[in-house]
Amino acid sequence: MTTQPQDRSQPEEKIGVYVCHCGSNIAGTVDVAEVREWAGQRLAGRGVAVARDYKFMCSSLGQELIEKDIKEQGLNRVVVAACSPHLHEGTFRTACGRAGLNPYLCELVSIREQVSWVHTDKHAATDKAKAVVSGGVERVRHHEPLEPLRVAIHPATLVVGGGIAGIQAALELADAGKKVYLVEREPSIGGHMAQFDKTFPTLDCAACILTPRMVSAGNHPNITLLTWSEVTEVHGYVGNFTVKIKQRARHVKTELCTGCGICQEKCPKKVIDDVYEAGLGYRKAVYTPFPQAVPKYPVIDVANCTYFRKGTCRACEKLCPTGAIDFTQKDEELTVEVGNIILATGYDLFDPQRVTQYGYGRLANVFTSLEFERLTNAAGPTNGAIVLRDGKTVPKSVGILHCVGSRDRNFNNYCSAICCMQSLKFAHLVKERTGATVYNFYIDIRTTAKAYDEFYQRVLEEGTLFVRGRVAEVTDAARLPGEEGKLIIQVEDTLAGKQRRIPVDMVVLSAGLQPRADAKATAQVFGLSCSADGWFIEKHPKLDPVATMTEGVFIAGCVSGPKDIPASVAQGSAAAARVLATIDRGEITLEPVRASIDARQCSGCRICNTLCPFGAIRFLEADRVSEVNPALCQGCGTCVAACPAGAISGTGFSNDQILSQIEGLLMLNVAYA
Amino acid sequence: MVDHEHFEPVIIGFTCNWCSYRAADLAGTARVKYPPNVRLIRLMCSGRLDPTFVLKALAGGADGVLITGCHPGECHYLEQNYKALRRFLLLRRTLVAMGLEPARVRLVWASAAEGVKLAHEIEAMVAEIRALGPLRWGQNGSPPDNAHDAHAYAVAAEEVSA
Repeated sequence: MTTQPQDRSQPEEKIGVYVCHCGSNIAGTVDVAEVREWAGQRLAGRGVAVARDYKFMCSSLGQELIEKDIKEQGLNRVVVAACSPHLHEGTFRTACGRAGLNPYLCELVSIREQVSWVHTDKHAATDKAKAVVSGGVERVRHHEPLEPLRVAIHPATLVVGGGIAGIQAALELADAGKKVYLVEREPSIGGHMAQFDKTFPTLDCAACILTPRMVSAGNHPNITLLTWSEVTEVHGYVGNFTVKIKQRARHVKTELCTGCGICQEKCPKKVIDDVYEAGLGYRKAVYTPFPQAVPKYPVIDVANCTYFRKGTCRACEKLCPTGAIDFTQKDEELTVEVGNIILATGYDLFDPQRVTQYGYGRLANVFTSLEFERLTNAAGPTNGAIVLRDGKTVPKSVGILHCVGSRDRNFNNYCSAICCMQSLKFAHLVKERTGATVYNFYIDIRTTAKAYDEFYQRVLEEGTLFVRGRVAEVTDAARLPGEEGKLIIQVEDTLAGKQRRIPVDMVVLSAGLQPRADAKATAQVFGLSCSADGWFIEKHPKLDPVATMTEGVFIAGCVSGPKDIPASVAQGSAAAARVLATIDRGEITLEPVRASIDARQCSGCRICNTLCPFGAIRFLEADRVSEVNPALCQGCGTCVAACPAGAISGTGFSNDQILSQIEGLLMLNVAYA
Repeated sequence: MVDHEHFEPVIIGFTCNWCSYRAADLAGTARVKYPPNVRLIRLMCSGRLDPTFVLKALAGGADGVLITGCHPGECHYLEQNYKALRRFLLLRRTLVAMGLEPARVRLVWASAAEGVKLAHEIEAMVAEIRALGPLRWGQNGSPPDNAHDAHAYAVAAEEVSA
């Protein structure tokens, strides 16, 4: 922990300071001309040779301004005061590089996100902007020319989640000739889409468009399908991840199983299927979730299998024509090497039981949207018949409630994006199959994608009744004649301006989407962060929606927020394209932020050895000094901060850089100058 | 005499590249307002925080130091924020022994999603330090642009830390 005394001699650095207006984004709150003038005059003694302000520094003209000054004025350092380095650091570094200046001799300081957008007092904001520029100037003086690290990319990719987004990503990569490991937690790929009957707005059957994709993924020579499996650990970094995958015992020898289904047929143990059938149907203890499952091999559900519970039965084993049942199989751990990871782990349905006033779980004929999907599915528990919980009565009237758990400050503030269209689809299916009266209770109708609003018009014309208002209560307590034996929907009709009680036979709750219950744990395994709502955070919400802050880890589909099928598929392809780009380049460049130890200064105290969670620091017994392995170092800088001898330095974030930035931010430099 | 009415504290804030710096970015994009008294420095990790940085800031005229990092268990580098926590606790104890009010050095966990939380923490810290008044470690009562004194104090404080 040593610091250099402040150097007060006239610096050799020739620094250019560029203050961006960002239209009115910065200039509206910060007096950019004043900042520019101040930097040019007061920081001239600190090496500032040029100071300019410009409307949009990131525009080609703005960048040319910098390039021209570097070439003509011989600048050897650049400070750009603009937006967050997370947005445009790369832009300005590249501009410097074009002009022949090492890109790492450029420093971008944020006066937009950290000044103009968060402060209102123009005078105070301008003063702060000066301090921020001053900090950047002092810091940049200590920048050193660096070369980016080049990392070779392992050409295999891990795709986690076998829903439509994950399948799409895997197929894109595999079709491009790249090796893919597709990991799915359930016995079959397919995800939520496999549970649906029709898909909006075209009403094509989900299975008809999904199952061919599933089969392609299952048969693809470049895809290793790992179902009934979960990723437990991820080590390494972009280009070279080592992933541990736990493959649960299927208790079925896949090399022998033909998928004939006799085991499922003969298994005497019926289990309520609360995953695929949403609790409406049964499966056996040995099962594939649905007939078109990929892979076709069943799994034995150990928790419910009579043999595993009581030691007898073995019916499946006796009757399997190929002797594929194997009760002795154990969970296996697999380790694979990949260069990139795509996470497409999807969503959970909001549990509508939490909205107690809607009576789900208490009133038999209140259904969730997923239950209703299973009801309408020709392969579902009722073979597609829309009936009440008794399994036979066809409803004469159905109420569909939008926004259950969504756009509700008691639950989730966000709009779940798919529920309007899903509810309209339900309304259409009820009309088509039962002719019942259908009420849709909505707050706003949101039908923004291609052909969505046309579908809404169609449902309107079919005679579905729309009531605008959030439903207050669903009850079976009849008060008025005609309400006996019905479910009564109490709602304020905000268009008619009155309270209404609408008796119906069946209520469908269009429950919202929410992050997976274990999203946080997943985020930790893969080193990602979640938003306050629990969705994974994109690198940039608009410009980089499938990348994350963790290099080499991409996201697709509903992991980053509610999406419909087209958007999920698009993201699957987009993530695959991003991965392909790195594989085809063969290497990627990384920030050269790494620690290194000066052997002459190292006292061999070994304090740093235990601090590194990546095992990057090694003690050389012969020389009695420690050494950093740059291939393992991740650049956190914890060892740099801890070294009592000051022998460890961190590129990009050296003591000199940070201590000087502190002086600059505190305007001590102005006094020196 | 300190004019508390017009005293504008200066706070140096250390942020982690992966969480709190992004939280500050998020506060910006969401236009969440907070007082302009804090000036942020980006580190790759709260684990990079050398206690010297804090001493340097306080000795150089800052009235408080805000240290931020990822929530426990969420560190981008697995566990380095715990090391930051350990250092913070030791450092604060030392600073308090030197007569510093503990509120002047604050540790806040803020994830990349917590722009509003970070803004609120900054607001609270500014209010608290405004109430405490200026620290004046750097100046020892002399005018702020007396650079020589500032430098002398910076060296003195570093000697204490070694």
